[in-house]
Amino acid sequence: MTPSIPTSPTVDAIMTDRRAASFTTRSIKKESKLAALTLAASMIDLTTLEGSDSPEKVRSLCRKAVRPWEKDEEILGHRLGHVAAVCVYPSMVPYAKELLDGTGVNVASVATGFPSGQYPLDIRVRDVEQAVKDGADEIDMVINRGAFLSGHYDVVADEIRAVVKACGNAHLKVILETGELVTYDNVRKASDIAISCIREGDFIKTSTGKVSPAATMPVTLVMLEAIRDAYKDTGKKIGMKPAGGIRTAKQSWHYLCMVNETLGEGWLSPDWFRFGASSLLNDVLRSMQKLKTGEYAAGYDFSDA
Amino acid sequence: MSTVSKSKNQSTNGSESNVQNSNAASRLDLRAAVGGGIFEYAPAPESVRPEIADAYGLFIGGEFVEPENGNRFASINPATEDTLSMIAEASVMDVDRAVQSARDALPGWAGLSGKDRGKYLFRIARRMQERARELAVLETLDGGKPIKESRDADIPLAAAHFFYHAGWADKLNYLLPGRTPQPIGVCGQIIPWNFPLLMMAWKIAPALACGNTVVLKPAETTSLTALRFAQICQEVGLPKGVVNIITGAGETGKAIVEHRDVDKIAFTGSTGVGKAIARSIAPTNKKVTLELGGKSANIIFEDASLDQAIEGIIEGIYFNQGHVCCAGSRLFVQESIIDRVVEKLHDRMSTLRVGDPMDKNTDIGAINSKEQLETIRKYIGVGNDEGAIQHDVCQSELPEKGYWCKPCFYTGVQPSHTIAREEIFGPVLAVMSFRTPSEAISRANNTPYGLAAGVWTDKGSKIFDVAKKLDAGIVWLNSYNKFDPSSPFGGYKESGFGREGGRHGLMAYCK
Repeated sequence: MTPSIPTSPTVDAIMTDRRAASFTTRSIKKESKLAALTLAASMIDLTTLEGSDSPEKVRSLCRKAVRPWEKDEEILGHRLGHVAAVCVYPSMVPYAKELLDGTGVNVASVATGFPSGQYPLDIRVRDVEQAVKDGADEIDMVINRGAFLSGHYDVVADEIRAVVKACGNAHLKVILETGELVTYDNVRKASDIAISCIREGDFIKTSTGKVSPAATMPVTLVMLEAIRDAYKDTGKKIGMKPAGGIRTAKQSWHYLCMVNETLGEGWLSPDWFRFGASSLLNDVLRSMQKLKTGEYAAGYDFSDA
Repeated sequence: MSTVSKSKNQSTNGSESNVQNSNAASRLDLRAAVGGGIFEYAPAPESVRPEIADAYGLFIGGEFVEPENGNRFASINPATEDTLSMIAEASVMDVDRAVQSARDALPGWAGLSGKDRGKYLFRIARRMQERARELAVLETLDGGKPIKESRDADIPLAAAHFFYHAGWADKLNYLLPGRTPQPIGVCGQIIPWNFPLLMMAWKIAPALACGNTVVLKPAETTSLTALRFAQICQEVGLPKGVVNIITGAGETGKAIVEHRDVDKIAFTGSTGVGKAIARSIAPTNKKVTLELGGKSANIIFEDASLDQAIEGIIEGIYFNQGHVCCAGSRLFVQESIIDRVVEKLHDRMSTLRVGDPMDKNTDIGAINSKEQLETIRKYIGVGNDEGAIQHDVCQSELPEKGYWCKPCFYTGVQPSHTIAREEIFGPVLAVMSFRTPSEAISRANNTPYGLAAGVWTDKGSKIFDVAKKLDAGIVWLNSYNKFDPSSPFGGYKESGFGREGGRHGLMAYCK
């Protein structure tokens, strides 16, 4: 029997935008700000997804992931924890695994013919299997947008299930590529389809970062609401990862406020919420330094990943 | 959603424990977001402290003058119960002085070209923007509304009204084809305490644009921003006597209404006072516009975008502590989704933060006055006595001093219940159900009021059909509390007559 495609509620843009904007007026100060920044740093999937990526670039990223701030003890008085994961192309997984094994930082690999996904299913599944075999702890897949936009939701769902199977013990993040889905109704529908196919602890994710617009607050809100409704209906708890376009510390706490007020504290951990970003980390560190010392440091005071 | 029918039960008719049990049994609870552990918002108080004089006079003829009898009353900060300032109480003599000053200024002001009047209005608008932060803080200190609302809604909208009407001042010949509008004369304007500066802008901006002069009385609990506005009039060099601001309570307002040399009365406030004004001026040739109370309906159909509709409900009834004449205080939900809506409303309301209005994270501030708090409490008591089920889900701890009311909603409400018929003017929502569009329309129209309504559905034909059949001056579709200076605002039935804003609003200040 083919599992049915979930019916999704409609999403109206006016109040969605208004609600999403309301989180940007939350004012986070002092202790709350430091707690939010520490949390945000721990939720980052440090990412490099370029054709020009080299093993050396990935090693640099891994080092930054494990020890984000060389001056943490000097400025914060304690060691800052590692970020959540390093996210790379499948060919870079072995290099990342070598450095990250046992550090607590997960190796995430994009797969399934990222970013377009325009390949036969068996090749996409094979892509996943190889990444898992090479040591990926997490797989970031893309959905078949062509099938989705042409109304073949069952194809989208079947393919996600096939990837779930190929993941084995690796966690799965399903990239909807919301910039190509365009409407909030589509975002909600794709979220509901993905959620119905994946396992507790898997994620839904906004974007590849290769399409504009990438993550936005309203799109993330629509996805959080889908996660909330699924949790309330079935008890299945799904994680969320906005990716692309989140560059500043301020943006990161706006997102955290949104998670806090939509899903609650139960989602405020790297197990349930991630930022797909790379430049965000240094801006978070810079804000921490401002909070502690009262002075803004220059961008070059922080090491590149 | 597939689960809509699953959790269907008698919660809308049953007892409170019934509701909670059914939710607990069939629905998983999210960890509440407020008052928590790992991510509590630290206080974020607004730091600007505006200058507030110990005592204010009356603004007559471009100067602050002492009230004739020397009487003053205290203006209280409702969040702390501290006295902010002593406000002059204008007597009949003072009102006469103010009207005389407006009368003296009339020929000069009406004789200016529209372009020159527009210049003054533009200056006022820009000055309000420059002093926006100060005005926002004053509004919040004096009235108890959250700083985020005075900062993001009241003050920007007030400035927008001056900008909009500044643009009209030299284009009035295009207002009505073939007619050259003339000012009415001296306008007596009486405004309420819920949006002090904004209501003042709604009154003064169109009056001035059309060449009228004004005598305006703010509500007795919220005079400070009007008095600061008087200073702005001085700062921009507005000709003396064009705007006169006199403070006081009901007696002062009565003196304005009854003054023989006032040509027009514009009043925003309660329906009771509005009726008295209408009676008082009936034998005169004064013109009048009244913007009165409301018991507005928010109608949610089963095909609506529910999460967004929930935002509209929250925006509709809990904005400004429910002290809004167009508040969506009656919620009609299609029967098939009422449990889902009640659950979502419950969850969303548990995130509302009630407390210090000066904290930027506060969603619901202080009740404007002790009297209003007592009124709201009376209605909550009546609601419980008449058998409706109160849902009190707010988790914020209330400060010890000040006037506070936690937001709540009622289910199990019948249209005959007092809380479904009378204007409460507080954060209290009555939730009722309906089955068909025609039932929704007839229930929504079954009220003496007719100010505003909201309709929520994803179906275009239904939304326009329902909107057309609602007896309300403003109908918001898939949104609520959207304001714009170009959009006329006003009521049907006992919610008053006349419109404010847009071309319709200008016509109320011309002849």
